[in-house]
Amino acid sequence: MRNPKKYCEIWKLQKSFPSPKGPAIVVKDFDLFLRDGEFVSLIGHSGCGKSTVLSILAGLTTKTAGSIILADKEVRGAGPDRGVVFQAPCLLPWMSAFDNVMIGVDQVFPSAPRAQRRQIAEHYLELVGLADSVHKMPAELSQGMRQRVGIARAFALSPKMLLLDEPFGMLDSLTRLELQQVLLEVWRERKITALMVTHDVDEALFLSDRIAMMTSGPGANVGDILEVPFARPRDRKAVLEHPDYYRLREHLIGFLEGQDHRKPKPVAAEEPLAISAAVLSPA
Amino acid sequence: MKYDVKKMMMNGLVFPAVGIGAVIGIWAILSQSAAPDLPSPLRIWQESKLYVLEPFTYRGELDQGIGLFTWLSLKMVLKGYALALLIGTPTGFILGSSKLFTKMFDPIFQILRPVSPLAWYPLGLVLFSQARNNTSELAALFTIAMCAMWPTVINTAVGVRAIPQDYLNVARVLKLSPTKRLFKILVPAALPYMFTGYRLSLGLSWLVIVAIEMLSGRPGVGGFLWQEYSSLIYPHIILCIITIGVVGFVLDRLMSVVEANVNHILNLPALIQRGLAAIFARRQLEVSHAVS
Ligand SMILES: Nc1ncnc2c1ncn2[C@@H]1O[C@H](COP(=O)(O)OP(=O)(O)O)[C@@H](O)[C@H]1O
Ligand SMILES: [Mg+2]
Repeated sequence: MRNPKKYCEIWKLQKSFPSPKGPAIVVKDFDLFLRDGEFVSLIGHSGCGKSTVLSILAGLTTKTAGSIILADKEVRGAGPDRGVVFQAPCLLPWMSAFDNVMIGVDQVFPSAPRAQRRQIAEHYLELVGLADSVHKMPAELSQGMRQRVGIARAFALSPKMLLLDEPFGMLDSLTRLELQQVLLEVWRERKITALMVTHDVDEALFLSDRIAMMTSGPGANVGDILEVPFARPRDRKAVLEHPDYYRLREHLIGFLEGQDHRKPKPVAAEEPLAISAAVLSPA
Repeated sequence: MKYDVKKMMMNGLVFPAVGIGAVIGIWAILSQSAAPDLPSPLRIWQESKLYVLEPFTYRGELDQGIGLFTWLSLKMVLKGYALALLIGTPTGFILGSSKLFTKMFDPIFQILRPVSPLAWYPLGLVLFSQARNNTSELAALFTIAMCAMWPTVINTAVGVRAIPQDYLNVARVLKLSPTKRLFKILVPAALPYMFTGYRLSLGLSWLVIVAIEMLSGRPGVGGFLWQEYSSLIYPHIILCIITIGVVGFVLDRLMSVVEANVNHILNLPALIQRGLAAIFARRQLEVSHAVS
């Protein structure tokens, strides 16, 4: 029987990298369960091991210990049942936006008629707002448009789970807000269980059902989890005006600051927060 | 814009012409003074006129217009070059993707690479001695391949090793089959490097064929050069040298153009697709107009 509360289970995940001074333990005793159709964000200081966890889930990095179960099956290696959106969209530059999506669709639905596969690719490109740029090459697209293709490519696989590693980290703040909206709209259609890494607390609050806060390494794991009560479908204005918004935001920032004692200067972590707060603060 | 054209004329025509003029002038002076055995530019022209002005006249196996000789040499080069690419490209791919293969064979490649064509040719003659009439041709092709494939091998390997991990991750996430991975990811990603190798290999092939022709007396620019040396007709040696240089230069330019446009070559299918889509869209528009 599938337990809807444990669609994806991460048990006692551990990862260490070999180093001259013996194995460096980056992640240890990392536990996290995701419900079916849930959107969870993972926040934490830069270098704590967020990407490492995501990369292990994607099957691109091997784990040292622990287990990951997705839809009742142990996850082994990489596969198209997990759609990955990287920080850099890493589209194949020799293929049009359409072909970049199509190459995945062809892999996942090899027996579907070609017309139907094309339809899937076109559908998702339309959904991310690229109906007019379907046949453009990545070099002709702006950074934001490329990431739209990256999102379409991940959703078009109809994966069991979405893994997003700071998908908007390289975008300017306006484009970032725009793409958060796009992501929510595409996600609303089929509520695919998603785990997104970010270090932007406002982004996490706007998008997620729950936010997992990671302690700072070495041996990082989930230190605290925050339920985000905002109703869906979400509207940015309504979210920002929600009476709990600033309390939740303070909770997250308080946790991150609490994780900071080891580091002498917290400036690096403060900066992106300050920028997004300035953009977001209602006039 | 007008300024640009003028500058291009100066850089592309006037300055090179002045340089060539200077070299011919110094040559003429040298041939009159310090080097009396050096034929003067005028004599070279007079004695070579026949070969240059009637480039495609056949008077005998080793007495043809310079165009015919060049064509004979080029035909050999193209065959040998094709062979070099056919062997070199896959070898480069394996070398670039397998550490074990690199450890095993890289030392051998490093030793074979500097071997001169003059050393390979006799081995080729021995290897293909069974093929009676074709021995010398097969040996020549073997030599071109053995000498000219290395830039292709090495550049392809470098190109494969330089493929960003991101692209390889796409292949892993999508679980692409080895063939799809090769043709949709590895080859397109390594193509710019491969074409650098192809350009260098073509230059080497041209060097090699001239050497082989001189060694074997096969008809061609190199064979002609050696025969005229034996017959003491020195102006023709200069004619051959100039021809070899010009042909080599043209080949290199041609490959540079191809190399610089690799990306467009890759985009060609997408461009065609886009063009067709545009035409199709217009057609539909016309149809809907006609209907309404
Ligand atoms: N391939 C690797 N080899 C050694 N150390 C690594 C490797 N990948 C990541 N690390 C280390 O693991 C830690 C966590 O990295 P990462 O998961 O990228 O952090 P985050 O995404 O949270 O910023 C860092 O200290 C980093 O130096
Ligand atoms: Mg990271």
